[in-house]
Amino acid sequence: MIDLLHYQFFINALLAALLTSITCGITGTYIVARRMVFIGGGISHASFGGVGLGYFLGFDPILGAGVFSLIIAMLIEGLSERRELRRDTLIGVMWSFGMAVGVIFVFLTPGYAANLMTYLFGNILTVSSTDLMLLSVLLLILILVFTVFFRDILAISFDQEYAKTLGIPVLFINTLLLGLIALTIVFNIRVVGIILVISMLTIPQATANLFSKRFGTMIFLSVLFALFASFAGLVLSNHLDIPSGATIVFCAILIFLLALPLAALRRRRQQPG
Amino acid sequence: MSEHILVEMRDVTAGYAGQPVLRNIDFTLRNRDFLGLIGPNGSGKTTLLKVILGLLKPSSGSVEYHFAGDGRFQARIGYLPQLTLFDRRFPITVKEVVLSGLLSGRSAGKRYSREERKRAGRLIDSLGISAIENRPVGEISGGQLQRTFLARALVSSPRLLLLDEPNTFVDKRIERGMFEILRDLNRDIAIVLVSHDLGMISSYVKTIACLSDGLHIHDSNEITQEILDKYHCPIDLITHGRVPHRVLKSHKEPGDD
Repeated sequence: MIDLLHYQFFINALLAALLTSITCGITGTYIVARRMVFIGGGISHASFGGVGLGYFLGFDPILGAGVFSLIIAMLIEGLSERRELRRDTLIGVMWSFGMAVGVIFVFLTPGYAANLMTYLFGNILTVSSTDLMLLSVLLLILILVFTVFFRDILAISFDQEYAKTLGIPVLFINTLLLGLIALTIVFNIRVVGIILVISMLTIPQATANLFSKRFGTMIFLSVLFALFASFAGLVLSNHLDIPSGATIVFCAILIFLLALPLAALRRRRQQPG
Repeated sequence: MSEHILVEMRDVTAGYAGQPVLRNIDFTLRNRDFLGLIGPNGSGKTTLLKVILGLLKPSSGSVEYHFAGDGRFQARIGYLPQLTLFDRRFPITVKEVVLSGLLSGRSAGKRYSREERKRAGRLIDSLGISAIENRPVGEISGGQLQRTFLARALVSSPRLLLLDEPNTFVDKRIERGMFEILRDLNRDIAIVLVSHDLGMISSYVKTIACLSDGLHIHDSNEITQEILDKYHCPIDLITHGRVPHRVLKSHKEPGDD
């Protein structure tokens, strides 16, 4: 372990685990509390279209995924306002559309698409300093937005109609947060991958929700459980020489399962008799 | 009658997607009014509230507000929506819900002040929900939830309180408690209450208005079949089959007093 700290890639991996945990902890709490898990899954899978375009046209696939997922997110939001399109159906359409675009363009790219598996399943050991910078900027924006708009986010998420009567800029805040969801997903793809990124946005939050029914506390606990999972997963995957993304997810689920009886015990102690 | 005017609607037509629900409504609301608004489903009761709240822009006509003091008119109006549109399992506590009533016209990022928290605390006490103020809303009863929403509507010290079907999810006993609270509040502020339960409404409100092909205001809280017929208000057919007997009073002829 100490030896590993001499390697830049491992220090990068530790930093990535830290940044992933905090960004996913914050955004994921919002996603879970507002029941937006399906749209999160849709955005992450659709972003593969951007990865494919990146390969084909020769630019950074993460950049492609970022732009692509932002467009998909706004399309889902904008089109679902129309009466003839139902939101969850639309998400299903966009989900598969992005995947299809990705598959086609990766296929059309001459030669072997190197690192393709990294985008699908993530590899925390390949995280570059650019990725870390993107995650850091995202984290700063998230902290700023969730500090400034915390009360408004709470009011809108709980009762959107009432928030409108208060004159809160509901459309602006909803759109801003949807954009941040898309960016959180894309910037974390390198760590846990397109297919598994939704896990970091839901499992630590599910664990947190066992112990708290307050939005603010849930964010804090989610970050904590995500940190446990990603550090344990990183060390374990390195030790056993198995894929890091999947190991982190596995650890997150393990923590959730361990927390279940603990939370039940705690509830029973709070309500005697 | 000398109370000053709070809201004045002139010839308002409003609706959704070009389909007018309200047509040519004239309506004046004065300080300390307690108006019971009845009418069949789809007659536009909630739409009228939305126009007053500024949520729905009239396609023609005007709405004027005459609240004392500066600031946005929304901050002067408290609103208790129908209990069907929010997420009951959202992780939020009773106190957080009540405090969210203070967000109108507030600059982003401003924390709730000690004074505001105290005011919310007093309101929570007076509505008898202080024991559950730190509980998540998913774990409280319908009556407690209703009081929570009432506190949210009142925490900004509004001059006008709008209630949309406040008796939907609570039993008669809780309902009576709620109306006693409203009667106290009415000493200082105006209240508009939408309901299709004629029985409860009539014993507490000062005036009854029926929304059905126009707005018909009856300057008393008595409801008789005559009045309903005269104003073409088909409310009895829709709610109870007939108006409950206990609310019927002899109808005074004009000039009796």
